[in-house]
Amino acid sequence: MADVSMQDTTREAGMGDYFALLKPRVMSLVIFTALVGLIVAPVHVHPFIAFVGILCVAVGAGASGALNMWWDADIDRIMKRTSGRPIPSGRVQPEEALAIGLALSGFAVVLLALATNVLAAGLLAFTIFFYAVVYSMWLKRSTPQNIVIGGLSGALPPMIGWAVATGGVSLESVLMTALIFMWTPPHFWSLAIFVKSDYGRAGVPMLTETHGRRVTRNHIMAYMVALVPVSLAIAFTSIGGWTYLATAIVMNIWFLKSCYAVWRRDEDAAEADNFAAEKTAFKVSLAYLFLHFAALMIDAALRAAGMGIW
Amino acid sequence: MAIKVEHELHSRRNGRNYGVLILLGAFVALVFLLTIVKVTQLGDARKFEANDHVIRPALAEPVATTPAGQ
Repeated sequence: MADVSMQDTTREAGMGDYFALLKPRVMSLVIFTALVGLIVAPVHVHPFIAFVGILCVAVGAGASGALNMWWDADIDRIMKRTSGRPIPSGRVQPEEALAIGLALSGFAVVLLALATNVLAAGLLAFTIFFYAVVYSMWLKRSTPQNIVIGGLSGALPPMIGWAVATGGVSLESVLMTALIFMWTPPHFWSLAIFVKSDYGRAGVPMLTETHGRRVTRNHIMAYMVALVPVSLAIAFTSIGGWTYLATAIVMNIWFLKSCYAVWRRDEDAAEADNFAAEKTAFKVSLAYLFLHFAALMIDAALRAAGMGIW
Repeated sequence: MAIKVEHELHSRRNGRNYGVLILLGAFVALVFLLTIVKVTQLGDARKFEANDHVIRPALAEPVATTPAGQ
């Protein structure tokens, strides 16, 4: 009897492939900053409502990740770093990613409106729109400032968390968003300098490729300097405190120092020590953002315990 | 060639089906708990009862009536 040849269907997606569409690593940063925005707000929220609020923000962020993967499947296929993603590797069909992205976006926004308030839901809808349409579809392939402007979508979660609790927008939530917004360029570009990427081959205009590394180093330093006043200003609002102020001072000096080291050297020096200064700046940037938001949580806990001295 | 009943594909589909089951169950639990929290936060349960788009005489505010014969 002849062999019965079956259609090769082993590539059919598993649950984990769909989960990978939601960019879980990006989601973790979103959950953390949205949670801090919610906790430091001066209004008490029922723990379960807070949980649902954060869940909606996380699902909304995941949905925008799925929409991004649907739109960018062509360039993801070309670049080495992204060629293993669910769509380029053939495990998930593009239409599935689009359907999942749209369905989860709708689900997250509607549930957030029902569970909390319309402003928080509106901000989440704007965040998804900004990431999927403004960043992915428009800016990413048209300007080297793509990650600067597109960074707004990554910066909005604390504002949504704050809106979940208070139903409004305030100076504090705007400053938390501004902190992440100004932090994104030095964080991303210090990585872009030392990672050998193939954005150029995929036709994505990254600053390192369109204007060179010298200009990128200048940009890192300029955004770092602009980041300092935003970071320090938060200390003098209602959510600031001694823990935050001390953390902000130490981390700003440290990050400023490491960005300065990246700025003042040339390519030969960087090649000589295998981009040690750039790698340090990238690592410090991660600690910078995490510790800023952790300090805000500590000050909120101190205030709740009656130990706030601000 | 022996016909293998259980293909790798089947176990993968099985996993996906269970995944959907868990997600749907979690969604039902989420909406149920959210309802409980929202209703218990109302304080006065009549606020919830009143929201059924039907006139409920039992919930109407008492109106001062004038004594008969005046």
